[in-house]
Amino acid sequence: MSMSKKALLDRLFPAGHEVIEAGQVLCGWGQTAAGRVHVIGTTEHAAIDTRIALALSAAVLRGVADDGNQPRPIVFIADTQGQALSRREELLGLNGYFAHLARCVNLARSAGHRLVTLIDGEAVSGGFLAFGLLADVIVALPGAEVRVMDLRAMARITRIPYERLTELAGFSPVFAPGADNYWRMGGIHALWTGTEDWAAQLQALLQGSHEDERARLGAERGGRKLAASVAQEVLHGHG
Amino acid sequence: MMTSAPQSFREASARLRVQGLLDAGSFTEWLGPARRITSPHLAALDAPVSFDDGVVVGQGLLEAQLVVVIAQEGLFNGGAVGEVHGAKIRGALLRAIEVRARAVLLCVDSGGVRLHEANAGLIAISEIMRALFAAQAAGIPVIALVGGTCGAFGGMGIVARLCDALLISEEGRLGLSGPEVIETVKGVEEFDSRDRALVWRITGGKIRRTLGEATLLLDDDIAAFRAAAAKEMMGSKTMGDSPRQRGLSPDALQTLEAAQRHLEARAALDPGIRDGQQVWQHMGLGEEVALMDPAEFNRCLEARER
Repeated sequence: MSMSKKALLDRLFPAGHEVIEAGQVLCGWGQTAAGRVHVIGTTEHAAIDTRIALALSAAVLRGVADDGNQPRPIVFIADTQGQALSRREELLGLNGYFAHLARCVNLARSAGHRLVTLIDGEAVSGGFLAFGLLADVIVALPGAEVRVMDLRAMARITRIPYERLTELAGFSPVFAPGADNYWRMGGIHALWTGTEDWAAQLQALLQGSHEDERARLGAERGGRKLAASVAQEVLHGHG
Repeated sequence: MMTSAPQSFREASARLRVQGLLDAGSFTEWLGPARRITSPHLAALDAPVSFDDGVVVGQGLLEAQLVVVIAQEGLFNGGAVGEVHGAKIRGALLRAIEVRARAVLLCVDSGGVRLHEANAGLIAISEIMRALFAAQAAGIPVIALVGGTCGAFGGMGIVARLCDALLISEEGRLGLSGPEVIETVKGVEEFDSRDRALVWRITGGKIRRTLGEATLLLDDDIAAFRAAAAKEMMGSKTMGDSPRQRGLSPDALQTLEAAQRHLEARAALDPGIRDGQQVWQHMGLGEEVALMDPAEFNRCLEARER
């Protein structure tokens, strides 16, 4: 296992952990003051392909099956550059593998497992959608990069000058990469700093609501002013 | 009953699709274009806006049953999901629970996240996934209809596969990364996005149906989509008026474990297989596959699946 992932696990679980890394997939457990939690994730900015998606969904299903009526929290470590780009993977139906993984994560939630995502490294686009972004609470660790696409590629595709995008990115959180932008939009619940006690902070997140509060958070923080109100209007059937 | 000439699903606008899918005159739209709720983020970039932000949501009747319908407009920004667009879809899925709809019809016609508001779009798709799970947990089947010009890609390709049924036309396309993206990053030898026949053999309705990624292959005809959606709605085991108990349904774990084994078997296909044609050969299906009409093709696969 990479030194940085080992250091992260030591810091999160000073009372002990046993996590195996195989083929960019992390799987195991960590000891918290409230008991053991599952640790499932990816490393080295993994490009999520069918193999990795299946390893993650298998780990989630095993956790749900093993715990039965005593569902333990699941801590997802997200480090992904996005989905694998490959003709073979598309032929297999990679979107269907991601949907299966998402269903497994949702099954875990329904079965009572608390779901916490820690972004360590990168969280990009489809790879992030498939599991990390579905947790009850999402935390970005220092240095985490969160994005759909970098600004140069975005400029090329939207045909909006790069300079214009960088200028706008200075005050709008809506398109530019950055964990802080996702925080302002309610997509990330907390940004941890390097000096805090992560074990204690993780412990505090192991209980809480299963509801999706992200749109409300985005409105409160001023980064996403319409998502909550528009959804509410439709929910009330306004014409 | 009068039979009318087929009306192409692919060529129709989102609004025409909605009209053609529902019982005549039964549609009521929520946050319609008269409200002019447009994307402030597109406006900030001087990009064109649309009075419905590229998605039509509302309720109506399908065979006299109350349904919620969501239809993305592929002609506006490739049906891409932004803040308002995504919030309308999420709201409609939650509204379906509120009104105890018999089903949700989700016409996906989208390349995924709208780059002009990429962060809002990505979070919105995750919120749509959560709302879709909530509708399903309340016993409301969500039926995806894929047959528009943009297909179902990116996050909306994932959402489409979360649905209880996925109806696709032969011209419909379903995937995660579009061929152009793969070609740009990995090179033309990996995926030639201008080879239309190849693109169809990877992403098209026939290969998606073959692999079980789609429930049913359909003609490019709105009436065919309507009939198939009605059949799925009537045949679904879940009932809109009897929400399942919140929590783990006893068969959910076994169902997903079976799905896991199925997907593992598919991923173990000979690594040399990189083209839909090879899949058909591997299954012992010959050249005639490409020529079969959708009804014949469904029958052929159903016979093998039994």
